[in-house]
Amino acid sequence: MRISRAIASVVVTMMIAALVVAGARPAAAADTIDPDADFKAFRAYFTKLFPNVPLNDFVNGPYSMDAELRKQWEAIDDFPPYDFAIDRGKQMFATAFKNGKTYGDCFPEKGIGIRQNYPYFDDKTGEVITLELELNRCREANGEEPYSYVKDEMASLTAYMAFTSRGKPFDIKIPNDPRALAAYQKGAEYFYARRGQLNFSCASCHVQNPGNHIRTEVLAPALGIVAAMPIYRSEWSGMGTMSRRLVTCNSQVRGVPLKPQDELYRDVEYYLSYMSNGLPVSGPGTRP
Amino acid sequence: MRAWICLAATLFCAGAAQAASTEADFKTALAAAEAAEQDAGALKNQWIPTEQALAAAKKAAAAGDFDAAVAQAKEAEALAKASIAQAKEEQSAWRAGVIR
Repeated sequence: MRISRAIASVVVTMMIAALVVAGARPAAAADTIDPDADFKAFRAYFTKLFPNVPLNDFVNGPYSMDAELRKQWEAIDDFPPYDFAIDRGKQMFATAFKNGKTYGDCFPEKGIGIRQNYPYFDDKTGEVITLELELNRCREANGEEPYSYVKDEMASLTAYMAFTSRGKPFDIKIPNDPRALAAYQKGAEYFYARRGQLNFSCASCHVQNPGNHIRTEVLAPALGIVAAMPIYRSEWSGMGTMSRRLVTCNSQVRGVPLKPQDELYRDVEYYLSYMSNGLPVSGPGTRP
Repeated sequence: MRAWICLAATLFCAGAAQAASTEADFKTALAAAEAAEQDAGALKNQWIPTEQALAAAKKAAAAGDFDAAVAQAKEAEALAKASIAQAKEEQSAWRAGVIR
């Protein structure tokens, strides 16, 4: 009896969720992996949906969708709550590890002004490398303990690195390598696949319902959604990384989150970052 | 009248027998639920309510309430199976939502 009640409850929940989000479902895609065609379609979808939003403004997420929210943001930005993270990250970046090396020694251009190139596909290891992953690998290669991927030190380091790249256009490359294309495709699949007891995909909110409210929140468009990372989120009362955002998204649809920097999370960041190509880095950002 | 009393007694006994789950029942139900949840994990699609039901089952068993423990374990199994069905469905269904 309890099993049938549980199944009925799940089925009803899934049906309601499907009905709620089914409204503006875009057309089905072809089976072939064609990042360039995907990019053009993605860009066209959002610019057609929001013809009055300047292209570069999409990186401002919900503030590009809602005038009142934008006024609040502009007021908050007089004294940005992420400033302390930039300062802390700058200091951390300049402080040497125990072996005398610094973060700058692990990155091209000493790590300054390079945020727009992450994530990238590493043809040696055959995997997607995010900025967060590269920072922790840098620490480990220099005999230091890795940081938590979701907040605090990692958010400060990425905040500083994003700040040094502000305004630079995203330039994510997908090499003509079957492994890179497979990672890109896995990222797309993760983005569009429904999950969790609420039966939502990332796209349910950020493709099918940007600009709409979900409770008190204005949903951000998927176009440019990575550009403001890391963010100071009022809901969190603190800074959070891209990893934190993905973990939270999964939890909100009642799915058990993957481990931060799981291969699938990196792949979805790769996919979304490629879709943001040409848009300016705006991080660190602020969100409600 | 006697027939009614017998029937009521029979139903009461049957109900009581059904309700009295044992530790062995719980272990069987828990094993089935955990196996299903492990399968959901292999598909990277576990649900939070499944984990909550599993935890509630273990807590009830630790308190000696095997009826509740079995019920929670069976609920967890049903939820895990639903998450597996969702993951399998989405292996192809995700394409329907892609922008093109």
